[in-house]
Amino acid sequence: MIAIDIEQQLGAFHLRIKFAAEAPIVGLFGRSGAGKTSVINAIAGITRPSRGFIRINDLSLFDSAKGIDLSLEERRIGFVFQDALLFPHMDVGANLLYGQRLRSPEDRFIEQTRVVELLGLGALLRRSPRALSGGERQRVAIGRALLAQPRILLMDEPLAALDVPRKTEILDYIERLRDELTIPIVYVSHSVSEITRLADTVVVLSEGNCLAVGDVDEVMGRLDLKPVTGRYEAGSVIDSRITGHDAHDQLTTLAFDGGLLVVPHLDASIGERVRARIRARDVSLSVQKPSGISILNVLPAHVTAIAEETGPIVDLQLAVGNVTLVARITRRSLRQLDIRTGQELYAMVKAVSFDQRSVGYA
Amino acid sequence: MYTLSSEDLGILALSLRVAVVSVICSLPLAILVAHGLARLSFPGKTLVDAVIHLPLVLPPVVVGFALLVLFGKHGPIGSALDHWFGIVFAFRWTGAALASAIMGFPLMVRAIRLSIEAIDQRLEIAARTLGGSRLWVFASITLPLALPGIITGTLLSFARGLGEFGATITFVSNIPGETETLPLAIYTFTQVPGGESQALRLSVIAVALSIAALATSEWLTHRSKRLQDDDRH
Repeated sequence: MIAIDIEQQLGAFHLRIKFAAEAPIVGLFGRSGAGKTSVINAIAGITRPSRGFIRINDLSLFDSAKGIDLSLEERRIGFVFQDALLFPHMDVGANLLYGQRLRSPEDRFIEQTRVVELLGLGALLRRSPRALSGGERQRVAIGRALLAQPRILLMDEPLAALDVPRKTEILDYIERLRDELTIPIVYVSHSVSEITRLADTVVVLSEGNCLAVGDVDEVMGRLDLKPVTGRYEAGSVIDSRITGHDAHDQLTTLAFDGGLLVVPHLDASIGERVRARIRARDVSLSVQKPSGISILNVLPAHVTAIAEETGPIVDLQLAVGNVTLVARITRRSLRQLDIRTGQELYAMVKAVSFDQRSVGYA
Repeated sequence: MYTLSSEDLGILALSLRVAVVSVICSLPLAILVAHGLARLSFPGKTLVDAVIHLPLVLPPVVVGFALLVLFGKHGPIGSALDHWFGIVFAFRWTGAALASAIMGFPLMVRAIRLSIEAIDQRLEIAARTLGGSRLWVFASITLPLALPGIITGTLLSFARGLGEFGATITFVSNIPGETETLPLAIYTFTQVPGGESQALRLSVIAVALSIAALATSEWLTHRSKRLQDDDRH
C-alpha cells in the first residue's frame, strides 16, 4: 500500500500529486516532464516536498503536518536507477552486499542466495561492473536494491538505457521477482508497453498532476486519457488465460471475458494468466460478419463511445463481452460505414500484431 | 664514486621529515576542504576558495612573513599554541613543516577537489538509499573513488614542500640541523667560496627526489585506477 499526497514547487514547475494504490506492481506513467522523477525522488527522500505526506504500508516516510521526514537511509527504499549506478571500485559481489551489510541480521528477509538465483547472477559475482553488459548491470542493480531489504522497490525507467532484447530479458526477471518475492514495486516508465505488461494499477501523471489512478486495463483503455497515453501507443489491455496450443501452426489460444484470441506461440502452460495488449491501430472494424479474410481474431462487439475530435483519425471504444477495446479508424471509414454509438459490429485483430512485448505473464 | 657526507645525510633527513610531516598533517584537512568545496554551496565559498589559493599566487616571502606575524613567539596564534599546547613553530623544524604545508595546500586541495567533482553524485545517493549514513558513504564510496586525486595531491604537495624556500627562510630562518632544508642548504653553499661542489651534490639529490616523487605518483595513480578497473580488489 502506497499513499501519497504531496505538493512541491520546482522552479516554474508545480507538482501536486495525490493517489493511493495497492498492487504488486504500481505503474507510474507519464511523458517526460510529467513529474514522474519528481515523485519518486520525493518518495526516496532525495527531494523534500513543501507539504503533504508519503506513506508506505501505513509507515510515514514524510509528513509535513507531523514533522516527519525520514532520511534517505532510514526510508529503506530499494531504488533502481535508469543507469544501474553500480559502484565502480567494487566487484559485483561487493556491490550486491553493500546494502545487506548495513542491515542487522534480524531485519533480513530476502536471502542472498535467493536473489543470486532469481536474477541469474551466479557467474557474475567476481566480475567488475565495467565488464558487464547493460542488461547484466541492471540485474545486479536490482539485486543490490533487494538485498538492502527494502520496504518497496522503486524502479525509475530501468529499461530506458537498454536495447530491445535486453529489455525483454529484464522484463522477464521483474515478473519473476513479482511472483516469487512479496515486495511491492513502483515501476516508473513513459512506455505504454512496459506499463501494460507489468503494472496492475497505474497512476497517470501529466504536468505535475495526477490524471487517473486505477486498474491498468481500465485506465489505458480510456479515450479521455489519450492525449497522455498517446495516439500511437493507444490501446487496451486484456487479461486472459491460456486455453490451448496448436503445435502444428505454432499458435496459442487465449480465453478472455469477451471470447477467444489467437496469438503466436507463447511459452507458457495451459491455465496460466496472460496479459495481452492490443494497440488501437491494430483493430479494424466490419459492420457485417466478415468472411474470406486472413484475420484470425474476429470478435463481436458494440460501440460504447466515439472520441470527440477532428482530424483524419478517430478512436472508438468498444465493448467485447466485459472487456474494453479501443479501435482506431479513419474518419472516412466512420462516415462510409455510418458507425454510431451502441451499434453492433465485428472487431478484427490480426494474430501477427501480437509480439513478444505485447503479451506477458500476469 | 658519488658519496654523501653525514652532513648531506642530515640535511636530506631533515628535508624529508619536514615534507612528510607537513603532508601527513595537512592531508585530512585538505580532504575535508576539498569535499566541502566540491559538494557544498555556502555563502562566501568563492572567498574561501581564493584564500586557499593565495599561497599559489603570493610571493612566498609574503606568506613567510604572514606566518611570522601570526605564528611567531608573540603572534596571536603562536603565543596561544605555545601557552595551551606547548607547540612552538618559530625557528623550529615544525615551523618549516607548517610553511611547506601552507605552500602545498592549494595544490593538494585542487587535485582532490577535481577528483571528487568527477564522481557521479548519484553513486552517493544510491549508496544512501541502500542504507549508508553520510559518513559511511563518504568513507566507502567517495574516498576510494577520489583516491587517484588524493595520491596526486599528496605527492604534488610533498614535492612542493621539498622545494620550499622563500616562506621557510622568512618564517623560521636558516638554522643548520633545525630548519636548514635542502633548498636552504644549497643556497647557503652557493654563497660561500668553494661551496659549489657541495651545492651540486645536494642539487643532484633534489633532482633525484623530485623524479622519485613524480614516478611514485604516476605509479600509484596508475595502480589505483587499474584496481578500480580490475576484476579483483
